Amino acid sequence: MLELQGIAVSPGVAIGQALVFDREGYQISRSRAATVDANQEWLRLKAAIDSAATKLEASAQKTADKLGARLGGIFAAQLQMLLDRRLHEELEQLIQKQSYSAEFAVSEVLNGYAAAFRRASSSFLAERAADIRDIERLLLEGLTGVPTQTLREITNPAIIASHDLTPGETAVLDPRKILGLCTETGGPGGHTAIVARGLEIPAVVGIGPFLHLLRADDSIIVDGHLGRVIINPDDYTRERYLARREHRQSIARELTELRDLPACTSDGIRVELMANIEFPTEGQSCLDRGADGVGLYRTEFLYLGSEADPSEEDHFQAYVQVVRDMGGKPVVMRTLDLGADKMGMTPYAHQENNPFLGLRSIRLSLRNPALFRTQIRAMLRAASEGDIRIMFPMITTLDELRTARFLLRSVAEDLREEGHVVRNDIPIGMMVEVPAAVVMLDRFIEEVDFVSIGTNDLTQYALAVDRGNEAVADLYQACDPAVLRLIQKTWEIATQHQVSTSVCGEMSNHPALALLLVGMGIRVLSVAPSAIPVLKKAIRSVTIGQCQAMAWRAMRLDTAKEVDAFLQNQLAGLVPEMVLQA
Amino acid sequence: MSQLFSTATVVVSNSQGLHMRPANLLVTAAGKFASNVTIVREGQSVDCKSILGILTLGAVQGCQLDLRAEGPDANSAIETIVDLFQRGFDEPTE
Repeated sequence: MLELQGIAVSPGVAIGQALVFDREGYQISRSRAATVDANQEWLRLKAAIDSAATKLEASAQKTADKLGARLGGIFAAQLQMLLDRRLHEELEQLIQKQSYSAEFAVSEVLNGYAAAFRRASSSFLAERAADIRDIERLLLEGLTGVPTQTLREITNPAIIASHDLTPGETAVLDPRKILGLCTETGGPGGHTAIVARGLEIPAVVGIGPFLHLLRADDSIIVDGHLGRVIINPDDYTRERYLARREHRQSIARELTELRDLPACTSDGIRVELMANIEFPTEGQSCLDRGADGVGLYRTEFLYLGSEADPSEEDHFQAYVQVVRDMGGKPVVMRTLDLGADKMGMTPYAHQENNPFLGLRSIRLSLRNPALFRTQIRAMLRAASEGDIRIMFPMITTLDELRTARFLLRSVAEDLREEGHVVRNDIPIGMMVEVPAAVVMLDRFIEEVDFVSIGTNDLTQYALAVDRGNEAVADLYQACDPAVLRLIQKTWEIATQHQVSTSVCGEMSNHPALALLLVGMGIRVLSVAPSAIPVLKKAIRSVTIGQCQAMAWRAMRLDTAKEVDAFLQNQLAGLVPEMVLQA
Repeated sequence: MSQLFSTATVVVSNSQGLHMRPANLLVTAAGKFASNVTIVREGQSVDCKSILGILTLGAVQGCQLDLRAEGPDANSAIETIVDLFQRGFDEPTE
């Protein structure tokens, strides 16, 4: 048994056989000389190009349907590259003049491009190298007639272990066949993480080199809650995880009955359970889980997968779909929360030694008013279709909040001048995720309609811990007393001013922590859609007095470890059927 | 048919450089002309009708590029392409 630690990016536990994708994807026979005449070899390759083009068109359509037009655009880009006439000339040259086999020509020419892209200093080009690999794979598949071991072809459900996934690979992920994902590289904001969360596939990324340790069909466990990957688990571990999974499933069956019941404590205190979502297609799954609304609509997917900035119409379509699906329930939209490095903004990205303290999130939006305005325009337009609320992420200074609000007002005026009807009662809020915002909250609170505490970043900034850094990851604890005090102070100040406070970090996905937050006074929690039924069950099993007593005692403890042990113990007492043996 | 030769020098002005979208606009524009159009950056010369070639340049904002066209419609090809660069490929500016 071997236990590895990575970054948990998509919750859930998967147990199954490993399917390993090595760094190069797969091996091909690199025989140089073609056996038949060159002309026929070239015709064979042309047929493969045509069939690859057809497949790409189909993938573009399928992805657009599943995840929206922006990600579908990845394949449009690949198609343009595949149909490049220069590429065809180079391939033909090698085959006709140098008697290369079609396979060898493809591998030579495309590897050359991929290498040139990787060498380039700009990060968007480096990412295009993955597209080139996709194209190479498609062409070789067409030539050999043997499907390479791609994710498209998986027949038996398995866990994918890979160095990294290309956009093409993530786009064909089928949650019925892919039990879980684990990759050597990647981070919480990466492509793999975002798609895995959207499809609810448990995933751990950023594990570091481990593929050489795996053999085909090794048994493997991916724990997307704790960021753990266990290779060839011993019987005890395997049994423990199987029991946990069984337990979860039986709870899940029981929980579907709770869908239409409100999240009320047994003595009638109502807690709103909202959903955090990534993609426009997730609205329905929120409703299926009985969400009270969308508490955090991340809009980052619009900026990934294509270098061109999304148009106002791209934004608008993505927003309006969710608003309509939610049928009048609130949808809290967060403006862009990416770092410059994630957006291929080369002029900035190069200078970032410390991206989490750098030009990201609202800072990036305010530095690029054109980008920001486009997004705000779409949000304001979509607001006429339902209950949209807008919040700004990572607000640190009052100047930022005021500038953002000023831009929002001016965009609203522009829209009105153009003849659009723009509501003037859209609630505007800020995320509290920088300790400076908590310290100054009595000033901020006068200028916002609601606050939402982003516990992931608040924990990272309050404890000075990069949660992606393995060396210090154990210090990253949302239940650290320092973080709890920041949350409590935020709630106190907001409540004095009759401003609603929600908590939208990963912290509230855990039943014990959610009950603690309720005990501290929080009445709105925004969590992964999949966590809603469990939390509803937990909340309905307790009284508000029990939650308050739990909070009172937890706030008097000294360390994260003590808080964690105390909460687990409390949960076992209050909602015994909820406790999962870790 | 007369063979003309036309050249120009341009600077990449849009903030994100020659990424997918501008590269695609260049390929489409050059494709409308019979002339051969090449882009040269620091001695590296690529076919303006090849998206892979253009991407390989890795041209970021501020890069200086030489354009060369050879063929019956070389002058109008250069004019069209220079115009694309001058408009910053109609990308939003700061």
